[in-house]
Amino acid sequence: MATMTIAKAINEGLRASLASDPKTLLMGEDIGELGGVYRVTDGLKRDFGALRVVDSPLAESGIIGTAIGLALRGYRPICEIQFDGFVFPGFNQITTQLAKMRTRSDGMLSAPVVIRIPYGGGIGSVEHHSESPEALFAHTAGLRIITPSNPQDAYWMIQQAVTCEDPVIVFEPKRRYWLKGEVDTTAPAGDPFSAHVLRRGTDATVVAYGPLVPVALAAAAAAEEDGRSIEVIDLRSISPIDFDTVTESVTRTGRLIVAHEAPTFGGIGGEIAARISERAFLSLESPVIRVGGFHMPYPVARVEEQYLPDIDRILEALDRAFAY
Amino acid sequence: MNSSRLPAAEFEVEEVGRAVHSDDVDGQLEPDAGMLQILSADGTMAGGLTAEIAGSTVDFSPYLSASDPAHLRSLYRDMFMIRRFDQESTALQRQGQLALWVPLTGQEAAQIGSGRALEPQDYAFPTYREHGVALTRGVELPDILRLFRGVTNGGWDPRERNFHLYTLVLAAQSLHAVGYAMGMQRDQLADPSLPPAASIAYFGDGASSEGDIHESMVFAASFNAPVVFFCQNNQWAISVPSSVQTRVPLAQRAEGYGFPGIRVDGNDVVAVEAVTRWALEHARSGQGPVLIEAYTYRMSAHTTADDPTKYRLSRDEQEWQPRDPLARLEVYLRSAGMADDTFFEELGAEARAMATDLRQAVLSMTAPELADRFAAVYAEPHPLVQEELRFFQEYEAGFADEVKHA
Repeated sequence: MATMTIAKAINEGLRASLASDPKTLLMGEDIGELGGVYRVTDGLKRDFGALRVVDSPLAESGIIGTAIGLALRGYRPICEIQFDGFVFPGFNQITTQLAKMRTRSDGMLSAPVVIRIPYGGGIGSVEHHSESPEALFAHTAGLRIITPSNPQDAYWMIQQAVTCEDPVIVFEPKRRYWLKGEVDTTAPAGDPFSAHVLRRGTDATVVAYGPLVPVALAAAAAAEEDGRSIEVIDLRSISPIDFDTVTESVTRTGRLIVAHEAPTFGGIGGEIAARISERAFLSLESPVIRVGGFHMPYPVARVEEQYLPDIDRILEALDRAFAY
Repeated sequence: MNSSRLPAAEFEVEEVGRAVHSDDVDGQLEPDAGMLQILSADGTMAGGLTAEIAGSTVDFSPYLSASDPAHLRSLYRDMFMIRRFDQESTALQRQGQLALWVPLTGQEAAQIGSGRALEPQDYAFPTYREHGVALTRGVELPDILRLFRGVTNGGWDPRERNFHLYTLVLAAQSLHAVGYAMGMQRDQLADPSLPPAASIAYFGDGASSEGDIHESMVFAASFNAPVVFFCQNNQWAISVPSSVQTRVPLAQRAEGYGFPGIRVDGNDVVAVEAVTRWALEHARSGQGPVLIEAYTYRMSAHTTADDPTKYRLSRDEQEWQPRDPLARLEVYLRSAGMADDTFFEELGAEARAMATDLRQAVLSMTAPELADRFAAVYAEPHPLVQEELRFFQEYEAGFADEVKHA
């Protein structure tokens, strides 16, 4: 066991991938000499060289498109998109090419490209640096999407993304990069596409992922003071979603809150609410309630605290669920 | 040829170095600006082919097949077969057997010439019109029609033919070609005993405006990737003339990226083959990318859904008729005594047989099962796909019961 931050855990995970498979390589803007704007790839170019850790031209479509070509040649490129809001120049390559390569080839071709995207707000930054675009990608068949919320998952999930035969987008909760936790580098990794129950409870279930997992846990702790027993699930995988774990939980608790930073309209919370209404309608004591961003472009930094779901927003949703 | 890597600053392509006056933007670009040609439209073969590239004279003699009768006949054969294939496919579409067809007539020399320049270890990334290149890579011709028949979005195993699947989003494949070339480059470094290889990215004058072409050329230059960019300038992006895409000959754009650009007569199969052979060797030998602009003409519609009478004059089409890539090689083969009536008659019979087989193959193509499509979305098991497949199968089975009990 070692204590490390999420950023360091991803760094160590990438290091392990680079060391174990000579076909892996990192590509992205400023990831080599600088070690990435968040230093997630710090030291990797020094240790693995410029052919394995590629400082790319400043072109997101170019990064994803050439990564697809490398993957077709048998390589395993791990791309970094510098910020969530900058993925869109690469959106065409991700959705029309990467996601469809396997279907287009009737299952003959694989494109095992990994795309790392620091995402989410709460860092007091300027436009395009705080977004949560995961639903846009979740809607695209052919992609897998995971998001670790702690160092242990970060260390293992990035490596599992690399060995997966399908394209995987790893959304990294950038405001939690410095969150510390224990990492067991020897423990066999579980299924990266499964949800984890982080806290057992009997009265309601809160599903969260990525940066909101610590918020959900804190809300559950606060609710306990009011005598409410809240179960907290870290979704971990956004595509596929582990509906079995969520359904099993809701059949016990009868209430479900889904929290994410992304706007609720057309979001992952809506998808979960629909599925749970199909699977566990008679177990529900109240409607599924979503807690998330509002239907507006991500707001300016000075008001983002009001925009972002926090402990109180989750507690308020729980109040509504219990009052129903 | 100097095999050392040339610094970017030394690249100068004088043959294509003439700017086009801005008055020309409403019409077609000056067609013959520095264009390389050995077999002229009237069927005359010049003595040799040279160009000024990177400040020195390149002699294409080692890459020329002009004096090899069997080779010239085989180039003609490929062009003739693919034109007949194109005609039969158009007919199949008109008869409702294909959803759509993308004709290549007029571009046979650009495609056969460049395709025949490839070595087996090279890898081609086509658009959706590269039927001629597909033929040179050994793709079974009926397999090309599977996409247009609506039974697959692919049609062949790209790894068997080193010929990627057709890509319908313009220019997307150019980045794949560059990435693939970066992989070839790494393979070569890891195992120098491998035969040097290059990739070739096909695109057109319309796609040259896409950002992915720019990014692919930037990446190729930055990493000195062994890739040849092969632009077929067929003058029309559906209804928009190439003058709307560019104010300069497209080949000139290479200079801005720091690698050679060559404009070749895309209707001269001998010149196209020689120039592409040179460019591929340039890339394979570690000297980096090359852009070839094959100046040609789309003699037919963009697709069978298109109506060129809406946007171009039949006079313009007639102007290009005498530059037909097949006609000029036939004139040369006959005048040089390299082919006689028997050759052309036998070829006609072979093409008719091919067309008959093609038609039969298309008519026998059956629709896939939707249930089978679920398996091709992901490489590894995916619970949502599995759940939806179960639903779909049960739903379909419900109808089967109804029929049974009716």
